[in-house]
Amino acid sequence: MASSSSYNSPCAACKLLRRKCMPGCIFAPYFPPEEPQKFVNVHKIFGASNVTKLLNELLPHQREDAVNSLAYEAEARVRDPVYGCVGAISFLQRQVQRLQKELDAANADLIRYACNEIPTGLPTAAGSSSVQPLTPRNRPSEFNRRIGNEGGGFYQPPGAFPLPYSFPWNDNSSGDMNDGGGEGGM
Amino acid sequence: MNSGRCAACRYLRRRCPPDCIFSPYFPPNNPQRFASIHKIYGASNVAKLLLRLPTHLRAEAADSLNFEAQRRIEDPVYGCVGLIFLLQQHIQNAESQLAKTQAEIAVMKSQAQHSQTSQFEAESDFNNLLHQQLDTVENLSFSNQTSSGFM
Repeated sequence: MASSSSYNSPCAACKLLRRKCMPGCIFAPYFPPEEPQKFVNVHKIFGASNVTKLLNELLPHQREDAVNSLAYEAEARVRDPVYGCVGAISFLQRQVQRLQKELDAANADLIRYACNEIPTGLPTAAGSSSVQPLTPRNRPSEFNRRIGNEGGGFYQPPGAFPLPYSFPWNDNSSGDMNDGGGEGGM
Repeated sequence: MNSGRCAACRYLRRRCPPDCIFSPYFPPNNPQRFASIHKIYGASNVAKLLLRLPTHLRAEAADSLNFEAQRRIEDPVYGCVGLIFLLQQHIQNAESQLAKTQAEIAVMKSQAQHSQTSQFEAESDFNNLLHQQLDTVENLSFSNQTSSGFM
């Protein structure tokens, strides 16, 4: 939990806005003076008054998470003015799709092994089974259908959003990196 | 010309100039799009953002801003960060599932091969025994012929 400003130390928001940091300042609990960049980004992208309105519409216990997610989005937008954190969403969706395909293929292999369809290269004696038949693995229902077709508001851009740049969680194993997008002039 | 105003200028109740930064991306037939973006970002922030970008990237930027604004309206606490968390969770689950399935395949492969090898060895032993017995029988009949002489 971010510390509230002391009476002689304005919060990062009031410092940037050059105003007196009053007791009860809505920003003070979430924008400590030690983290000035956090409010700089949020103010640049959303604006202080929009953030105030947003926070006022939330319950107090929700505000810290809201500020942190706004700060995340703002930082992503500052780094990538074209796609913001939508670029990360596109990348993660591609990863999910790739993993889904791999999982489908692995499950198909498992079923084939269970039914003794994959040859092992050695003769089998008549009348004996070398492998105990296994029931196909029961997957959680979420993997029995394509991830992304649920009604959970998944991002479906009108045209596919290319990947702007590497994120820290980029595993580089996907061949989906797009080298043509994300050129943002600042 | 009032009928030619883009959705942004209609919303802001102002004249829509010929070089309006919003008009290519906020057509008048979709007023909700600008309303959402305005609620979350504000018109001047969006204008500054778009102006800083080369023209050919502005449409994508407007689309992504619209998406983020919609998500933030639907989920005022987490916005589209909630979607990122969900996707990361899906990925973790899928990776774990994949690892388990691949481990099962490896076990079944080695079981199958071990079982096949054992059968092969058993057959091989049986064949050797058969050959030995045949040899014995042959030796017996040869020595009988020899010892009994010519019938």
